[in-house]
Amino acid sequence: MDIFIQQLINGLVVGSIYALIALGYTMVYGILQLINFAHGEIVMMGAMITISAISVLSATGIGLPGPVLVVGGLLIAMPITMLIGFIIERIAYRPLRNAPRLAPLITAIGISIVLQQVAVLVWKNNPRSFPDLLPHEGHNFFGAVITDLQIVIVALALLIMVGLLVMVEKTKLGRAMRAVSMNQAVAGLMGVNINYVISMTFVIGSGLGAIAGVMVGANYGLAYPTMGFMIGLKAFTAAVLGGIGNLGGAVAGGILLGIIESVGAGYLGPLTGGVLGSHYQDIFAFMVLILVLVFRPSGLLGERVAERA
Amino acid sequence: MLTFSKKNKVTAYIGMAVFAVVLAVLPFIMGATLGNTWVRNLDLAMLYIMLALGLNIVVGYAGLLDLGYIAFYAVGAYVYALLNSPHLVPLLAGTGFEWILHMPLLVVLPLAALMAGLFGVLLGSPTLKLRGDYLAIVTLGFGEIVRLFMNNLDRPINITNGPQGVNLIEPVSLFGHKFSQAITVFGVEFRSVHLYYYLFLALALMIIVVSIRLQSSRIGRAWVAIREDEIAAQAMGINTRNVKLLAFAMGASFGGVSGAMFASFQGFVSPESFILMESIVVLAMVVLGGMGHIPGVILGAILLFLTPEVLRDVVNPLQDKLLGERVVNPENLRMLLFGLALIFVMLVRPEGLWPSKRRKAELHEKDEKAAAEAAEKESAHG
Repeated sequence: MDIFIQQLINGLVVGSIYALIALGYTMVYGILQLINFAHGEIVMMGAMITISAISVLSATGIGLPGPVLVVGGLLIAMPITMLIGFIIERIAYRPLRNAPRLAPLITAIGISIVLQQVAVLVWKNNPRSFPDLLPHEGHNFFGAVITDLQIVIVALALLIMVGLLVMVEKTKLGRAMRAVSMNQAVAGLMGVNINYVISMTFVIGSGLGAIAGVMVGANYGLAYPTMGFMIGLKAFTAAVLGGIGNLGGAVAGGILLGIIESVGAGYLGPLTGGVLGSHYQDIFAFMVLILVLVFRPSGLLGERVAERA
Repeated sequence: MLTFSKKNKVTAYIGMAVFAVVLAVLPFIMGATLGNTWVRNLDLAMLYIMLALGLNIVVGYAGLLDLGYIAFYAVGAYVYALLNSPHLVPLLAGTGFEWILHMPLLVVLPLAALMAGLFGVLLGSPTLKLRGDYLAIVTLGFGEIVRLFMNNLDRPINITNGPQGVNLIEPVSLFGHKFSQAITVFGVEFRSVHLYYYLFLALALMIIVVSIRLQSSRIGRAWVAIREDEIAAQAMGINTRNVKLLAFAMGASFGGVSGAMFASFQGFVSPESFILMESIVVLAMVVLGGMGHIPGVILGAILLFLTPEVLRDVVNPLQDKLLGERVVNPENLRMLLFGLALIFVMLVRPEGLWPSKRRKAELHEKDEKAAAEAAEKESAHG
């Protein structure tokens, strides 16, 4: 039983990171009906820049405490990823807003490759270990262990998600975002600056991506230039699972996917008598994605999307 | 694809004959001028042409964005590898199925195509209802699933030999002659790479002919109709489900043939050859060359296949000379260029380098409309 709780905790931690990334996908999709393929690379950039920034900060010799260093690194990384997100939208998506659907998808793949290869050029194609600066003392939780770091990740992720929901529901920008996602042309007629809203969506999503990247790095203890693909794909799956375009759905889908993956991987070996082991973990996300798209393409909380051409 | 008036017919035949002679002697010219590696590259380029033409059916004709296309290449390669290597011998010993090993090429090749086609249907059937971007993600996931299974199916029963891959694959044997041995005809020595070149050339030509014939056939027109407007196509009585499945199966089977040839040519396959980047490279060939236009796709395949080879020959010596050390890996540079090229082409020339007239007209419809409107305004004012 304690193994089950342990996997549940691990799943919750990974799931809340997925949820944070999935929000980036779902926000863009809700407004532009576009899958921002490059979002996974933004997450990777966030993690890699933070690692570099931390090493620069700690080299100054001021002797800052660990958590301050990490936050400092993140505060350097976030504006950079936000800028990258802004530029991506400007050069790769905006000129193609009225083009055939295939076109922005292909530029998105192009952007994703470019970001990944730039990262390989800058950081070389090796995993970087994430500096061990955060407290990870374990606490007993119904026979399982939960660390400080894990508590912080889950709490912070939830806090950010609530903040985002409040922003979308209560602020002027949030209202403009909802208006643009409902009907771009009419929103424009009502005086909403569509280009500004879309740019801000990318900026906010990329900022969340950077935070998620640091969480991934801290949780697994390493980051590498090619990590964006897998994490992006899983987060996208989470967004689809929850119902793409729906913020609450992204959160639910992310946490659910994290738990499915971690509990599934934990029990796959024993259940199949060792035939299928935990090395099939990555397949879960794809299986979930395909099953959801086949049986309930609208996701758990979303509207029907399959019919729109 | 081409129609000639009587007057031009003679010139056209002469042109074709010259082209055929050039193709026939190309490996020898390449071997003499650029060295034997380039003959090998020529062979591999043929494989990529086949792959790109296969993907062209799915993406170019039917307009279904497939990001996991390399999975079919992998299926073809593994079918050939497993049936023509000693790897499965211990597994099959005493089961009465030993006869499936070492079948002749004319059996294995269609089998590889069939298996890949089956996988195409397998992928196609759950994804048919999905829109373009969802389809892209699901196909991408499918490609990864195939690779992950190949990577992990070494236990409990060792089928694919996992990450180590399958080696000791036998070379192609045709008319009782093994392609690994050189053969001398009329005093000309045809070495293994030359023999493979002619085999690949023949297969590529076959695929080209099939592609051309498909294009203007009932099915080909149905694909274009679906690409342009699925609902309208359905209203015209096209069975969109079957026609889409057929596109997947056809495209996949071309990939399977290419994969089987890759396995025999390399003598070794491992899951590492079938990563996502390969799918994207093939997609880039189709997109950059000109989706749906056969000469364009072939041009794209050749160009993109040659870039890394040229880069390797240029970038490393250049770096050694200028910097004294190797900072940039040519492979890295190649992918960077691919990414930039994908973006650039989509923004500036979405129809590709060598598009079909029709596609070009479609994509520039708006420009023409705008031009017409501007002209109208002008005349109204004047």
